Amino acid sequence: MSVRVQSADFDVGAEIAALRRGDPKIGAVAAFIGLVRDVNDGSEVRSMTLEHYPGMTERALEGIISAAKGRFRIDHALVIHRVGELQPTDQIVLVVTAGSHRGDAFAACEFIMDYLKTQAPFWKKEQTREGARWVEARGSDDQAAARWEPGQD
Amino acid sequence: MSVKLLYFASLREQVGSSGESLELPSGVASVAALREHLIARGGVWQAALAANRALRVAVNQDLAIASTAIKEGDEVAFFPPVTGG
Repeated sequence: MSVRVQSADFDVGAEIAALRRGDPKIGAVAAFIGLVRDVNDGSEVRSMTLEHYPGMTERALEGIISAAKGRFRIDHALVIHRVGELQPTDQIVLVVTAGSHRGDAFAACEFIMDYLKTQAPFWKKEQTREGARWVEARGSDDQAAARWEPGQD
Repeated sequence: MSVKLLYFASLREQVGSSGESLELPSGVASVAALREHLIARGGVWQAALAANRALRVAVNQDLAIASTAIKEGDEVAFFPPVTGG
């Protein structure tokens, strides 16, 4: 399955091995791993809770992967995103793309991540020394996704 | 007509509800009209859904815009801009 939303941690090596297993045309694998930082916007982050919209989240991620496969020459793609309570240094998200050559694998990985940040319904709530707060969306994430729109090359 | 409404994240906390089934009066048949209908409840609803608050809306789990039509049985979700990844 190319999309998984789960509370459990993931094993990057095992996931990459499974994605390319038995496919000798794969010459390039690109991966992105997002992690929980201990500082955000000047405050110490003690823990983080990730909420999502079950059903729509999976649907949105599958749509993003489908768009990436239509745009780049990749053969396989995987997105794993964790939900629930996470601590600093924990893994949050994994995106892996695999194809014959690195250029499309790199680009597709970044494309998927940029759209995940702006389209997939996840929300982060941080516990800080000053109390709990919902993370605000960043304009820089919208700009990152907009790079992939027509006329932005 | 009847629709299923869902609220997420800070919006869910603000209105004190994760969702409801709601019977809509005739004439409330778009995302914009539904938002106005909920704002008219006043109080926390007015504050949480105010026009100047950046919110996203999904109809049947696809991102929607103000003019998107709403039909009997639709699932309509309101939520703040997303912050995953």
